[in-house]
Formats: sequence, structure tokens, C-alpha cells
Amino acid sequence: MSKKYQTPLLDELKKGKWPSFVTEIERAAEKSEMTDDLLGQVEQSYKERMGHWKHGGMVGVKGYGGGIVGRFSDLPEKYPGVKEFHTIRINQPSGFFYTSDILRKIVDIGDKHASSLYNFHGSTGDIQMLGVKTSELETIFQQLVSFGFDLGGSGSALRTPSCCVGMARCEFANYDAMNICYNITQAFQDEMHRPIFNYKFKFKFSGCGNDCTASIARADLSVIGTWKDNIRIDQDMVKEYAKKMNLHKYVTSKCPTKCMSYGETGLKIDDSNCSKCMHCINVMPKALRPGVKGGATILLGSKAPMVSGPRLSMVLVPFYDVAEDAKNGYQWFRDLIGKIWEFWDEYGVSRERVGELIQRVGIGNFLEAIGLEPLPEMVSSPRGNPFVLYEDYVEVDGEQG
Amino acid sequence: MTDETKAQLEEAIVNLIKEFTNRKRFKPGDIVKEMEMKFSASGITKDDIKIAIRDLTDSGRLIYGYAGGSFLSLPE
Repeated sequence: MSKKYQTPLLDELKKGKWPSFVTEIERAAEKSEMTDDLLGQVEQSYKERMGHWKHGGMVGVKGYGGGIVGRFSDLPEKYPGVKEFHTIRINQPSGFFYTSDILRKIVDIGDKHASSLYNFHGSTGDIQMLGVKTSELETIFQQLVSFGFDLGGSGSALRTPSCCVGMARCEFANYDAMNICYNITQAFQDEMHRPIFNYKFKFKFSGCGNDCTASIARADLSVIGTWKDNIRIDQDMVKEYAKKMNLHKYVTSKCPTKCMSYGETGLKIDDSNCSKCMHCINVMPKALRPGVKGGATILLGSKAPMVSGPRLSMVLVPFYDVAEDAKNGYQWFRDLIGKIWEFWDEYGVSRERVGELIQRVGIGNFLEAIGLEPLPEMVSSPRGNPFVLYEDYVEVDGEQG
Repeated sequence: MTDETKAQLEEAIVNLIKEFTNRKRFKPGDIVKEMEMKFSASGITKDDIKIAIRDLTDSGRLIYGYAGGSFLSLPE
């Protein structure tokens, strides 16, 4: 094993029972001098409790403004291998499906032209090829394109839309998350590759309330599966579960809206009060299934804590009939996005996410601008109060409405 | 938009960035707003300006950079 640098602090991180990123970097360092220098710099960062990366700059491939995250060492003389250590974001397929053949082709590129390190996947969803020198960017890009891949988003652009495995592998999916994700990715290629926004914009599509893409916290526009009708119950299977566990303790008492009970007549659910949180279905997947009238709730405005603190998405469209819109190429959804972007473009300021803009100008003004009627279901958090305020209004005779 | 107007628009974008080199970083959105004002009489739309920016970056006359946000610049 390569030991160009002594790394006592990093070595500590190999001792746990879980796989260690240090072990993987050391493996990569056996065939890459660049990665050896990475170990040296990271050790120094741990020792000094200070990062030694600079990011940004003028790195990219011709014609694209996104997809490459410039990364430079601020100790280039000491660690020349990581003087330039850029990240290439590669647009992942919907649902993260790959053949072993395509994975080999991608990692062969990394072995030849980069540090041999990857993130599968970055928090945006892309494959991240780490440790690329500026001079290698165009070569890698052309090779990826020859395999049918493209770069993802970065900078003030649409970030790579991502989705859960959806109907391909999950019985809980209430709509085809993979299809809409693919469609939207194709429809907004320009917005992804050529930054034109005030700041980043993210879509994430989750097939159910389990929200495997964490879209409610990480996407400016979250599309989360839900259903309109009743939870499907197999009472025989409920009884089977009841033999193995305390249903009151693990299911009914955990219901956030207390809309269910279990007794001699079986499991009863007051579906009109169900918030589709998925807890009971997760605990008894063989007994309970989401309803058959599936669709999604569209939420808007979440972000990580940068300018004004973290935010969760708020409900914008309580029920979106995804399957119906799919027949028309998701045109209704695309038009809605267009209106949101137009408003953001017109009134947003630099580095202001769309959720922050809505907070600043008020939800009423925003809804009016994008042409949506305020609804009681537009809540800032599930089962919370709507923040669209209604005033009792009595029309006086002769008054103009 | 005629070819002549498109050429004028592209030239105006490049000149704007050239004029402010090392003084101001223009976000693509800033350029769209500047050009909308400058070419308001010519009936040029936002989409026309976005296409002009795309053509300029595709041809390599302008490149993107990043410093807390994306901006357009002349190639180094």
C-alpha cells in the first residue's frame, strides 16, 4: 500500500466496522499519484481542522456552463497532484439503473483520465467523477457522450432532476416517477447546461410519502406520490401481523392523525383524515397498500441552509394527476414550471432560491402571478395551518365584487 | 429576428462583457435584461437573447465561469 504520507488521523477512520472512505481512497492511490496527494491534503485538513479546497473558476467543456465543479488545492506546491481536482457531474439514468458493462466503461475513463474515485451518487443525484484535471475535461466529456451519457447540472442552472426507483422496483409508487423525471430532464436540457437562473433549481420525484429522494427537504420543486382513494386493506394479513406484533403499539398509536383503530372487527381507517404518511403501510406492507387512484402532491421551496436557513417545501398543488398529464407529455406540469421560473426570473435577486423569494414577496402575490387559486390544502407542513389567509367577506348590496 | 439583427445582438453581448472585463461579472440573466432594454425597439425577445448566448458559448466566443454564481466571460 502506498505510504507517501503518514496519515495517523485518517487511519483512525478505517477502524470502524463500516466501509471507510479512507480505505477506498488508499486503494485508488495505489494506481494514482494524484490520489496519493489527496490523502496527504485531507490528513493536513483534519490536523488543522481546516479545508484546503478552493472551488469555482473558469472550468468547463465547450458550450456548457454546468456539469463541472471546479476544485483547486490551496497548497498546490505541497500537493501538486491535487492542484486541479475537479468534479464531473454525470447525469444518472432515472432510478439509477446501470448495466455492469456501462459501469466498467465509466470507471475505465476514471482510471485513465482522473483519480479513480467516484461518488455514486452525489446529493444532487449525479454520478460524480472526482479528481479531473482541466486538460482532461473535454476528452472525458467526449467519451461519456459516446456511451450515451451527458453532463448534469451545476452552477446557477437547473440541477439534474432525480427520482426514486419508482414503479420499476417499488410497490408503493403512486405514479411513474422515472418517466416524468426522464421527460423533464429531456425537456429542459438548455436550462441544465446553460445557467440562466438567479441561483440553482432542483426537481426531485418521489413515488410515495416515504420520499426516498428526500425531495421535501432538498428540492426546490418536490413531486411526492400520494393517492385520492382509500388505503387497501387485506384484513386476513392484518390478523397475521397481529399475531406477531402489538398493532396498537407499532401501528395505530403511531398514526400521526390517529385515524385508525384495531379491534375485533379488524383494522378500521378513517381515510378522510389520513395524511398519507406511509407509516402503517411501511409496518404492514403485506396487509396495506396505497389506494389505486394514484398521483402526486407538488411542493415548492425547500433548500439547504445557505442564505436564510433551511426550509421544507410547502404544498403548491395538493393533487396532481400525473398519469393524465403524461398523456399530453406533461404539458400542464411544464407550463407550471415555466410560470414559476418566469416569476423567479423577474423578481428574484442573485443567489435567492425560489422558496426564499416566496417568503419575501408573500405566497398570495406568488400564487396570483402563477395563476393558481389559493386552497386550504396549501400548507406549510403536513396537517399544519394553511398560510393563505382568508377573510370573512360579506358583500353589501350594490358593492362591486 | 433577421440574421443581421442576430449578429448585432451577439456583438452587443460580447462588447458589453469586454467593456466590463475585470470590473463586473455578468450573469446570463443580467445580460438578458441589458439586451432587452438595448434592443427593445427591435422586438427582440428573451428567448432570442438566450439563443444568442447559447450560440456565443457554443462557438467559444464566450465561456461560463463560476464564483458564487454562474457568469459569462471572454475566453482567457
